[in-house]
Amino acid sequence: MTSHSQPQSVWSRYIFSVDHKVIAIQYIALGLIMSVIGSYMSYVIRMKLAWPADPVVGFGDLAASQYNMLVTMHGTIMVFWVAMPILVAGFGNYLIPLMVGTDDMAFPTLNMLSVWTFILSTVVLLISLFVPGGAAAAGWTSYPPLAADPRFSGVDLGITLWILAVALEFVAFLMGGVNFITTSINRRAPGMSMWDLPLFVWEEIMASIIFMLSVGPLVAGAVMLLLDHNFGTGFYDTAQGGDPLLFQHLFWFFGHPEVYVLLLPALGILAEVITSCSRKALFGYKMVVWSTIIAGLLSFIVWAHHQFISGIDPRLAFPFSLTTILISVPFAVTIFAFIATLWGGSIRMTPAMAAAVLMLATFLLGGCTGIILGSAAADIYMHDTMFVVAHFHYTMVPIVIFAPMAGFYHYFPKMFGKPLDGPLAWLHLVGTGIFFNLCFLAIFPLGFMGHQRRISDPTQFGYIDGGESLQILATIGAIGALVSQIPLAINIVKSLLSDRKADSNPWKSTTLDWQTPSPPPHGNFATTPTVYRGPYFYSPPGIEADYLPQNLPQVDAPSDQVQASVSEPKTIPA
Amino acid sequence: MPVSHATASPVLDYSSTGQPSARVAIWWFIASEIAIFGGAVACYLLYRFEHPEWSEAASHTVQWAGATNTVVLLTSSLLAVLADKAAGAGDGKGAARYLWLAVLGGLVFLGIKTFEYSHEIHAGFTPLSEPHGLFWAFYFLMTGLHAAHVVGGMTAMAIIARGAAKGKHLGRVEVAAIYWHFVDVIWIFLFPLLYLAS
Repeated sequence: MTSHSQPQSVWSRYIFSVDHKVIAIQYIALGLIMSVIGSYMSYVIRMKLAWPADPVVGFGDLAASQYNMLVTMHGTIMVFWVAMPILVAGFGNYLIPLMVGTDDMAFPTLNMLSVWTFILSTVVLLISLFVPGGAAAAGWTSYPPLAADPRFSGVDLGITLWILAVALEFVAFLMGGVNFITTSINRRAPGMSMWDLPLFVWEEIMASIIFMLSVGPLVAGAVMLLLDHNFGTGFYDTAQGGDPLLFQHLFWFFGHPEVYVLLLPALGILAEVITSCSRKALFGYKMVVWSTIIAGLLSFIVWAHHQFISGIDPRLAFPFSLTTILISVPFAVTIFAFIATLWGGSIRMTPAMAAAVLMLATFLLGGCTGIILGSAAADIYMHDTMFVVAHFHYTMVPIVIFAPMAGFYHYFPKMFGKPLDGPLAWLHLVGTGIFFNLCFLAIFPLGFMGHQRRISDPTQFGYIDGGESLQILATIGAIGALVSQIPLAINIVKSLLSDRKADSNPWKSTTLDWQTPSPPPHGNFATTPTVYRGPYFYSPPGIEADYLPQNLPQVDAPSDQVQASVSEPKTIPA
Repeated sequence: MPVSHATASPVLDYSSTGQPSARVAIWWFIASEIAIFGGAVACYLLYRFEHPEWSEAASHTVQWAGATNTVVLLTSSLLAVLADKAAGAGDGKGAARYLWLAVLGGLVFLGIKTFEYSHEIHAGFTPLSEPHGLFWAFYFLMTGLHAAHVVGGMTAMAIIARGAAKGKHLGRVEVAAIYWHFVDVIWIFLFPLLYLAS
């Protein structure tokens, strides 16, 4: 056997590390830092909308052009620099090698290259905030002609750097995606078939495939936008024979699948938390996997529902409405499978489980409001209003914030070997849940009133005059949700400074990631685990222990052998 | 099993599918590259159908140069196959020799491409020229993107050839060859679309 010697120097151990666990924590830490910046921007946006005439406390006077910049950068940062690194790269990097029972990613050096490309992209994006003319202000979608000609958005270098940063970020996640897929396919522990993979790994595989196959056209499209913006080519310029609609197609051919790139890992985290905390096998495991694959295929043919009023051929609206509503079916299957898993389970209401339930409840509302926007006829009225903003946040906040919270509370003891404080976690989750709903429930009716998005001063339009109280309510909700994150920060710092030790398998989970010490050492497993069964053997009949880890030898093995492998020995009935 | 963490090679050196990880990875990587070129080609085709007058612009491409480059790349691909064959037989030196010859093919390709670019720019066919600037924008974008991949493939083959000459990492020769074929196939699409459809 080989011994895993950990690199000794601080540089190779924590900075230029090839260990998937260190890289995962680098991704998550960077995502958390960027989330502070993105949240601060959302605070300024909400303050401006509630009290448009007053300077924003903690920012000062906010011009309309700066408002555009904040909206653009808030969206960009939250989707590409918070959601992607935390959900996809962070949790994916940490959990995939542990869950498939291997020592590291298939290509550790490529993995390190991925995180450093991402760090470079972050630096470029942050620099763009401080260049002359300011950061990109053409919306997170950067549609031409607004983004293609500096005269239109008033931003020149900012948009160039924005495109470069996003392109570098794509490169980082392409490298990560190749690694994720190859590792999951090719480095499974002996005995582990694809149908023995925890659902999280399946979801990460599909998310990586969707990302890799959808981002390509936008990479080409981004190069065209860069050339149009900086050198005056005419890819998107009607005067030169180009067409600005092309960019919308390229953007949304990636942009809509991107929603599922984020959603799938979130559902994967939920599956792990819900099964472990309900002490039940995942309801319809294979059905959920097939649903995920079908949803992945469908995700490539829904994109034009973002363009119902952009001037696309009206004959295209119906098929895209159809596919859009069709894609809710596989996700409904998944959500119902989760609810059926909860049903009759022996629920352990840990903070992770609470966050998972919060995610399910709020995401349901986000999904249902999506049906309204997916129908072309209704969307023509609702398009570009605050209703879209509220719908978007009701889908993305559960995916990007609540699901990682569930994952964070569930896996923190594994990642750092220290437990988190329960009451502080509950304070954090209850506050976040109440204030999030307060904020975005108030924004739905504003959309019905006709409040267009990306408008810094809603009072200049007479027809939304009755909306001030809703605006203030939404702002109170936003501030409350941001303040609710303080207990989380205190909890993390308190736990990391404490001497308390977490159990290696505190939730009594079955998957391989829990069958290692906490935190797992360099190389993860002392010996390569052998897998004997599927991922969710909770409360199996005929066994007193209420779970069977994947690497536990056969149940009919001599009972002393079984006992030795379970951390809490229980007698096995004959 | 001796392990050096300096090269970060995975310790558990096994494969669940029986396929080497690098082979699995290169196909996924190529799939993502196909999406990039596929997107660019789809955009070009959509525009090309809208602009039948671009055939006039396409007639100004240097077709003999493009045809020569097609032959050069195909020959270079053959050399990559021979390198793979040599590597399969355990002949690292032979594999390295063929890889260097394939790199040479890439160099010839880039040389001819440079000649073409300078010829076109001097003749006034640039992305900003009237009346078919957009055709030339697509031409320079797609061939430029392809040339960047030629450079990438040559770099990869050169690095792997250095290792192969010392008999190291012979399995990687196949990966380089697969990628070099992909670069070749992209050109097989670009050549008729940009040069011949005039």
